[in-house]
Amino acid sequence: MKKAHVSRVIGRTGTYVIAILLVVWVLLPLYLITVMSFSTKSGVYIFPKPLFPQPISTETFLFFINSTGVLKSALNSVIVAVTSMILAIIVGAPAGYAVARYIFHGRDLYRLAVISTRAFPAVILSIPLAVTFIKWGMYDSIFSLALVHTAISLPFTVLITGSVFAGVPKDLEEAAQTLGCNGVTAFIRVTLPLALPGLAAATLFNFVGSWNEVFSSVILTVRNRTLPALVLASLNVSPLPYRFAGALFMLLPSIVFMFFIRRYLFNLWGRVVK
Amino acid sequence: MAEIHINEVRKTFGKVVAVNNIELTIHDHEFMVLLGPSGCGKTTLLRCLAGLEDVDSGRIFINKEDITEYPPRSRHISMVFQSYAVFPHLNIFENIAFGLRMQHLPNSEIKKRVESSAEMLQIENLLDRYPAQISGGQRQRVAVARAITVQAEVLLMDEPLSNLDALLRLEMRAELKRLIKELQTTVVYVTHDQVEALGLGDRIAVMKNGNLLQVDAPLIIYDHPANAFIGGFIGNPPMNFLPAVIDDRGIHVEETTLTLDLLPKGFKRSGSTQNIKIGIRAENIKILPSSEKNALKGKILVVEPLGSTNLLTVILGNERIKVNTHPDEIYLTGGEIWLQMASNKINWMDAETGNTLA
Repeated sequence: MKKAHVSRVIGRTGTYVIAILLVVWVLLPLYLITVMSFSTKSGVYIFPKPLFPQPISTETFLFFINSTGVLKSALNSVIVAVTSMILAIIVGAPAGYAVARYIFHGRDLYRLAVISTRAFPAVILSIPLAVTFIKWGMYDSIFSLALVHTAISLPFTVLITGSVFAGVPKDLEEAAQTLGCNGVTAFIRVTLPLALPGLAAATLFNFVGSWNEVFSSVILTVRNRTLPALVLASLNVSPLPYRFAGALFMLLPSIVFMFFIRRYLFNLWGRVVK
Repeated sequence: MAEIHINEVRKTFGKVVAVNNIELTIHDHEFMVLLGPSGCGKTTLLRCLAGLEDVDSGRIFINKEDITEYPPRSRHISMVFQSYAVFPHLNIFENIAFGLRMQHLPNSEIKKRVESSAEMLQIENLLDRYPAQISGGQRQRVAVARAITVQAEVLLMDEPLSNLDALLRLEMRAELKRLIKELQTTVVYVTHDQVEALGLGDRIAVMKNGNLLQVDAPLIIYDHPANAFIGGFIGNPPMNFLPAVIDDRGIHVEETTLTLDLLPKGFKRSGSTQNIKIGIRAENIKILPSSEKNALKGKILVVEPLGSTNLLTVILGNERIKVNTHPDEIYLTGGEIWLQMASNKINWMDAETGNTLA
């Protein structure tokens, strides 16, 4: 009896230690980046790093924002992210619905195929794509880039929306049909409102994915850089304050998004609607 | 007016035959219960009626109109689901009003009809709540209210009471019966609960493995099941079965020989000796203190006082049977008794097929 008790305490302590280590491992850099971004430009170079910015200043952050090309790239990033997010949901959600609702031949194979596209390395994809885009006169356009981002995010959009739709009981749609709806009106009046939070989460997921995507952005654009592409290109030659502030600026949407989507990420593969 | 005619309907899922060429007519205003163990195809048949499943072959008619190819919304039906399927994003008023909104009725009419259905089911004080804020029993009432508000000609119910706790189920069962009587719609009601089926139905259709075994009034099904399966499935305790042999000298049950005049008039014997099964319900056996004509000798194995009855388990040779007795009659375990079966309640069944012979 006593032995079991002791081993349980040890087990629990171990779990907590590992959990805390993991959290520190993830959060510490984020915290330091935030501290540095709100220090003065000279404060960034102080070592050891202070736990709080002294004094608090927006100097570093403003320096980054006002650097050449940053605002234009940020705008590009937003356009690319929003475009790809809309395209992905328009194309992906119906596929997700089909996977969730209908049993058809090769459904599992289709699922597997959808996931396996993720295994295709972006490096191999991007170079020939750049060549093709040049041929078609689509090179260095943020809309071409949005198409690529759409393609990248589609598999996950299909899977996530699939699980969202699977979380809306089929009974509800059938009940709507017995009460006078056809397939489309049942979807619009019942399934869609219930799936909406989950769909919004999937959409935000795509936004963040596109916002952070750097590889194809670097290869496929030259003058019309997105923000990550710009930051990556200028990282080696930029001063520390620029790097810290840039990092925070890139992080922010993801963090905001995480707070939004937490609930859905936790039960991504389970029931989404309560 | 709604008469349903199911004509040779067949439905398979892969290799499983869920509904096997079923032929059934449900009369206008009739409360028809589809009863059977889980997996017998009763829900599938109901979903075929609703238009939620396509049939493989056969036709379905409502009022002589062939609705086999119609979508659910064109069939003049409404349905109560086992899960209730109450829309979580709409409040109770809008849930009940859903069908009327789809018919684009004026708001005043919708309000009137929703309130009247809500009143019938005593949920008028819940109309502005959301499904998450009410109990399971109340959600069940909402589901029924939503189905009756559209005033469809046929009301389909798929195990509507199975998710309620026992007490609530008892209460709701009686209320449903009263409500349906008032509404005068044709009802098809699916259940695996034989008590529900006996209590609610005008007629019961017993199904097994996709086949229709018997369609009859509840008490006929109870007293004279078409085969041993139905006798064992319906009733608590299930029907007793005793193997017996008929020959010219009488009916031999264990060591006792009963006289041939116990056989019903129309009984046709198949040969000089015939193996049969006697089916008799626990309450149709009389206990005698001493030997009499056509009485079987037994020994009491267990006495279970159940309040309304004393349930005895009696050993009869190699067989065990259940006997219901009046609660005031005291019996002792191990005591020897004589059992006499009520001759008009005996079911004579084929020993091998279990089918009732007469």
